Amino acid sequence: MGSTSSTLLKIPNVEVLMQETGFSPAHMIRLHDRFKLRCLFPQDFGAIKELAMNPIGDRIIGAFFCPGKETVDFHTFVKILAHFRPVDKNRPKEPNSPEPINSRSNKLRFAFQLYDQDKDGKISRDELLKVLQAMLGMQVTEEQLESIADRTIQEADLDRDDAISFEEFRKVSPEILHSRCFIKV
Amino acid sequence: MTHIIICLLFLVCELNHSVTSVFPESSLLIMLGFILGGIVWGADKAQTFKLIPTNFFYYLLPQIILDASYCMPNKLFFSNLGAILIHAIIGTCWNAGTVGIALWACYEGGAMGNLNIGPLQFLLFGALISAVDPVAVIAVFEEVHVNEVLYILVFGESLLNDGVTVVLYNVFDAFVSLGGPKINAAEIIKGIVSFFVVAFGGSFLGVVFAILISMLTRITKNVQVIEAGFIIVLGYLSYLTAEMLSLSAILSITFCGVCCQKYINANMDEKSVTTLRYTLKVMANGSETMIFVFLGVSAIDKNIWVWNTGFILLTIFFVVIFRFIGVFFLNWILNQSRLIPIDITDQFVMAYGGLRGAVAYGLAALLDEKKIPEKNLMLGTTLIVVYFTVILQGITMKPLVQWLKVKKATHSDLTLNGKMNNRAFEHILTAMEDICGRMGDNWWTRHWNYFEDKYVCWLLLKSDARKHKDPIFGAFHKLNLEDATKYVTEGERKGSLDFIRNYDSASVDFKKKLALEYGDITPYITGIDNVPVTSVMKNPIPSVSLDIHEQDRKSLPDKLSAHHLLDQHLYKSRRDNRPTYSRSHYNTSENPDEMQEIFQRTMRSRLESFKSAKMGVNPAKKLSKHPKKDSTHKPNGKPADPHRTHPYGDEDFEFSADSASSSEIAGHFHRRSTNTPGAGVDNPAFIPEMDTSPPMRNPPWQTETGNNTAVAPSQRAQGRLPWTSTNLRHLALLRMSTRSTDSFVMADASLDEEAPEEKPGTHHTRL
Repeated sequence: MGSTSSTLLKIPNVEVLMQETGFSPAHMIRLHDRFKLRCLFPQDFGAIKELAMNPIGDRIIGAFFCPGKETVDFHTFVKILAHFRPVDKNRPKEPNSPEPINSRSNKLRFAFQLYDQDKDGKISRDELLKVLQAMLGMQVTEEQLESIADRTIQEADLDRDDAISFEEFRKVSPEILHSRCFIKV
Repeated sequence: MTHIIICLLFLVCELNHSVTSVFPESSLLIMLGFILGGIVWGADKAQTFKLIPTNFFYYLLPQIILDASYCMPNKLFFSNLGAILIHAIIGTCWNAGTVGIALWACYEGGAMGNLNIGPLQFLLFGALISAVDPVAVIAVFEEVHVNEVLYILVFGESLLNDGVTVVLYNVFDAFVSLGGPKINAAEIIKGIVSFFVVAFGGSFLGVVFAILISMLTRITKNVQVIEAGFIIVLGYLSYLTAEMLSLSAILSITFCGVCCQKYINANMDEKSVTTLRYTLKVMANGSETMIFVFLGVSAIDKNIWVWNTGFILLTIFFVVIFRFIGVFFLNWILNQSRLIPIDITDQFVMAYGGLRGAVAYGLAALLDEKKIPEKNLMLGTTLIVVYFTVILQGITMKPLVQWLKVKKATHSDLTLNGKMNNRAFEHILTAMEDICGRMGDNWWTRHWNYFEDKYVCWLLLKSDARKHKDPIFGAFHKLNLEDATKYVTEGERKGSLDFIRNYDSASVDFKKKLALEYGDITPYITGIDNVPVTSVMKNPIPSVSLDIHEQDRKSLPDKLSAHHLLDQHLYKSRRDNRPTYSRSHYNTSENPDEMQEIFQRTMRSRLESFKSAKMGVNPAKKLSKHPKKDSTHKPNGKPADPHRTHPYGDEDFEFSADSASSSEIAGHFHRRSTNTPGAGVDNPAFIPEMDTSPPMRNPPWQTETGNNTAVAPSQRAQGRLPWTSTNLRHLALLRMSTRSTDSFVMADASLDEEAPEEKPGTHHTRL
């Protein structure tokens, strides 16, 4: 397999990355091999047919690209993937350290950002409607969609501002099971 | 007569699904066989119906394997090929060796009493009993929905271990003939070499036949009715040829099916493909039924039973134990280098799913009694092992799988938010897995794809088929065609092609027609909104009061209906992984319509974002009709922004005539990219296509951009169609597979046959 340390060194800032994301060196090497030093363009993602089969595929692709940038570099790629590592159940609670990327709340934040397209920190009714539209089949009428959206906001919206903020989002999403929250990289 | 009974009873069982959910079909069939055997025995006092090995190996088995390999999920198979091979080869050898040696040790220890067996015969017995049987695996796993990877591992192993089984069987058979003392290193080496020859020879032969079949389907355009027949015959021929050459026949037919499926599906007409699939399923189902029934019938035969408790019990014990040990050990090794390690529960199911079946029985029945005096004992034991695995393990498999898996949360308690988020998370995770997976196209995959594109497709695919290879492009193309046909149908309905005669003033008012609201379509905002909303057509919308308080006042059923709607209509994600091969169900994917729908919506939205991106880039240009590029890939039924204030209704594809050059493409791309940073996804398959496609052939006097009054686009058929008299013919379809019955379009189809040839080879120009 070659010497891991030399491969590891080829990745820029690998120490920092490993620290931030919590991936092990083996993981980093695997990810790097897969990433192959390409700066990914949107069409690289677009060529993945399975993503086109995913109702929110395009949004997910958008999440990889910071606004203003056209390419994804390895850093961003790894950081985003790091969201989906299994949660470390035995992480010591240090009050001063920043939360690891794969904590539950960061996962939720990632999902929140997918909903919140205009990045104002709240999911407005329109944005919710768009997401529902994407995820629901075409047999659902506008009226039904809107009623679902309204009910959803009603459930979650505690401060009655007709939008769901991240805190409210967190409160209504405790049920996401651990088994659904990670992939094995 | 027996067959009729079998068929009838099969039908009865099929109807009674409550039974089959507990007892897998195979076990029911075996028991049926017992009954039938009892009847025949009672009538004839001799078992006239037995499973004769020749019948089994030549007439019953090949179609099952062909069906299984034709429907094999190739990508999954090849990506897990390493694991499958390791299990097939090393696992089977391990099983054979250990079972044989353990039994011999027990024999030496006196557990079995007096038998006329030598160690080599034990090894032979071990070899024939070690093979995991594909028929049994299919039969049992179909009821149990395990995830794809697990399924393919067990199933693939069962198919590929034939190479090993055959070799081991033959080698040990030869050893038994030679007798103990004559075996030396030379013989052993011969054995090992024969393995390579048999296995690789069989596979190679299968591939040769696959190539033959694919090339054949290139030229069977005029005999489409019997195309399916050719394939079945040639598949069977590959089996026979391998048998004739003493190579592994199962491997041959497996690889024949696996390799040719992609090409023949592309080459053949849809009807032929359907025919082939159904025919194979019918044949395979029938064979499987008969095999299991005969397995049952064969038991009711006094002549074969030599009961030796020790032997039988020990065999069962060792078979199970060594299977478990082997599987766990091999998986542990594999997990060291696998990217996605195999779960413990999955491993357990793998081990438990090592079912023996008719192949073992067939091999046992082939034993020569003169060489192996205890043939009947072995035969009887084999039968019992088969019953044990198929019936007992088959019945307990499903409860076991359910028991082992973590229980899912009960959905009834979830809030709407919870449901939505759960589903969203599933989608996100699936997407992440896909991204990782695809990004991880390794050296082999990339080079194979390249090689395939360049040479294989040239050889094996019809010229038409080659063009439609890219699924994304295909979907894109289909969407455009749909739009075009819809547009024309609307136009016709409006009245006698009014819009042709009087293009300027024809107002095909889709808005009125379809009663859709356009108010809520947000205009495309450059760079911010990645996902412009496609107003998806739904049922006609009554006006609705969106007052939340009013909803509060509504009664409880409303709340339930929202939950109900979510439950019913949320798109399913692929995390509910089911095996893609099923004996009785035709669908290759869980919800093909849903997939199709999602796919089309995604494509549509990408289409729009791409086009909208183009808007700002291309000023109105006068179009030159480019006869060479009149191939109809993009008859423009594309949705354009319906807002009349935007002055870009007609500009969609006003590329200069020689935009085929890649510099232009690059130029377009760069402009586009600066225009819309991070604006979502553009499929490389269609960026260059769009650029070089024939320009929207707006009539010359149509260059005015503010001309949106003429047509209020429907959400589906927006934009204009090129419709000058010469261009109308190119409105038609490349391939009539969308089955437009629009006479207008049909009339043009014939004119359109030449058009496909001119498709520029831009299909392969990727940026």
